[in-house]
Amino acid sequence: MTDAPIAVPRARPRMPSLTAELLPALIFIAFALVPVLAATGAETYLLSLFTRVMIFAIAAMSLDVLVGYGALISFGHAAFVGLGAYAVGILSSHGINEALIALPVALAAAALFAWLTGAICLRTSGVYFIMITLAFGQMAFFTASSLAPYGGDDGLTVKLRNTLFGFPVFRNERAFYYVVLICLLGAYVLCRMLVVSRFGRVFRGARENPTRIAALGFEVFRYQLVAYVVAGALGGLSGFLLANATEFVSPAYMSWQRSGELIIMVLFGGLGSLHGAIIGAAAFLLTEEWLSGLTEHWKVIFGPLLVLVVLFARGGLLGLAQKLRRLGRG
Amino acid sequence: MADPVLRLNGLRKAFGALVVTDDVDLDVGEGELHAVIGPNGAGKTTLINQISGLLSSDAGSIRFDGHDVTHMPVHARASLGLARSFQITSILPGFSALANVALAVQARSGSSFRMVGRADAEAALNTPAMAALAEVGLADRADVLAGHLSHGEKRALELAIALAMQPKLLLLDEPMAGTGHEETERLVAVLRRLKGRFPMILVEHDMTAVFALADRISVLIYGRVLASGAPEAVRKDPRVVAAYLGEEME
Repeated sequence: MTDAPIAVPRARPRMPSLTAELLPALIFIAFALVPVLAATGAETYLLSLFTRVMIFAIAAMSLDVLVGYGALISFGHAAFVGLGAYAVGILSSHGINEALIALPVALAAAALFAWLTGAICLRTSGVYFIMITLAFGQMAFFTASSLAPYGGDDGLTVKLRNTLFGFPVFRNERAFYYVVLICLLGAYVLCRMLVVSRFGRVFRGARENPTRIAALGFEVFRYQLVAYVVAGALGGLSGFLLANATEFVSPAYMSWQRSGELIIMVLFGGLGSLHGAIIGAAAFLLTEEWLSGLTEHWKVIFGPLLVLVVLFARGGLLGLAQKLRRLGRG
Repeated sequence: MADPVLRLNGLRKAFGALVVTDDVDLDVGEGELHAVIGPNGAGKTTLINQISGLLSSDAGSIRFDGHDVTHMPVHARASLGLARSFQITSILPGFSALANVALAVQARSGSSFRMVGRADAEAALNTPAMAALAEVGLADRADVLAGHLSHGEKRALELAIALAMQPKLLLLDEPMAGTGHEETERLVAVLRRLKGRFPMILVEHDMTAVFALADRISVLIYGRVLASGAPEAVRKDPRVVAAYLGEEME
């Protein structure tokens, strides 16, 4: 039995290597080239647009870990983004502008919130999980709205972007763009490692058959909670960057509409691939930007478009691309 | 005889007014294959679910390998070495057959919170998993998605998963359910090879298989143990023949 062949080159119907390895690389190269191309045109506009795309891509990707790999449909993910943003805003209003302080606080706040709420939410499943995450998201939203010292409903302005080691790196649009890109790359690598690891295998298994996972001796809840905390912390990272990008923090960052948009981004790009969420965030925000430039009633077009993607492109844009490629091959 | 691996004492379970497990005493010794038979609705699966922890018990106790596991959750009992197969196939359909079994190896090896390294490239997990697959005759199907296996192969995969846990007790809930004649024979051959290496509780309707494999048979009717003993004694027990075997052994 010892010389039994160990199947290393796996013949299982995995995604073709184009989407598994090449596509993510292409996406990151494209992001890295944006500032070079932007220099020839409307630089500030393009940089701020794509900075925003990458920031939401981090949030969408962290949500994809939960939804796509764990079937945990969290409808309160925007709360983590908002917490990260408020960490920057509140510290800044007290004169603390150093990223080395604000970032850990943002991550810790989001992770702590994820841990406390996840410990309750993850006792439920299915529709109940969706509803209870939504409820906690709204709790965060209303708490932020009632924070009178920090702007309440109106939110608060971040007077100065964070410094890094005391240097105003974030205040240079181009430097900040690359900081965000590095964060996105880091988040992607972290999520990728997470889902293929031993931990990820248990987590993914729990999506398919929690009873089987428990019968193997794993306490499903603990694995889901750890994943929830990691995803929450990454949401906090996204919020930290968002507050710096917009120089403004508002309860709207935590609204349930935002959570819904994040879910749409993940579905738009294609569930359970991580880079699909990046594509989804880009497609969502760029379409929104394009349509809103055409008409102020852009949502009338955007809504049906989303419906079409969900109806005809199961697996989102990634799924659509694969289908087209298969057609092309005959 | 040394202490039994598993001992049920006065185990009870009722769903409302319906008593499904009624004061059941049962034990499994080292290396013993103890079959539990009985007509449909006798409470066999309920009993297996109580032992594995999927259902809590209303009264009585379950001692397993020196521990009182009566109130332990499923995963804790599994970590103590209680492995089970399900009457309705319970596998991870989106995982390859190998990954299904490798996950069971991983469960035993601990350190499942590790977040670095590709789990599917770990020889320490894949080698024992491959051995377990070979044991049930699935070695050449290792890379097939579990959901794409035939029904008989899925049953065999469940067995491989249970084996890979290196269990101290195997609970097999109708491992042959729904398999064709040839597949049944294959599974019986597998079980015969495993017999003696692991103590087992086998719930099965296929009487040929049961009488060929079991060291001891308990007959469950309406949640009660009607008779328990060596296969020959049970086969001849007039109460058993009247209540159950009569029609089955025609």
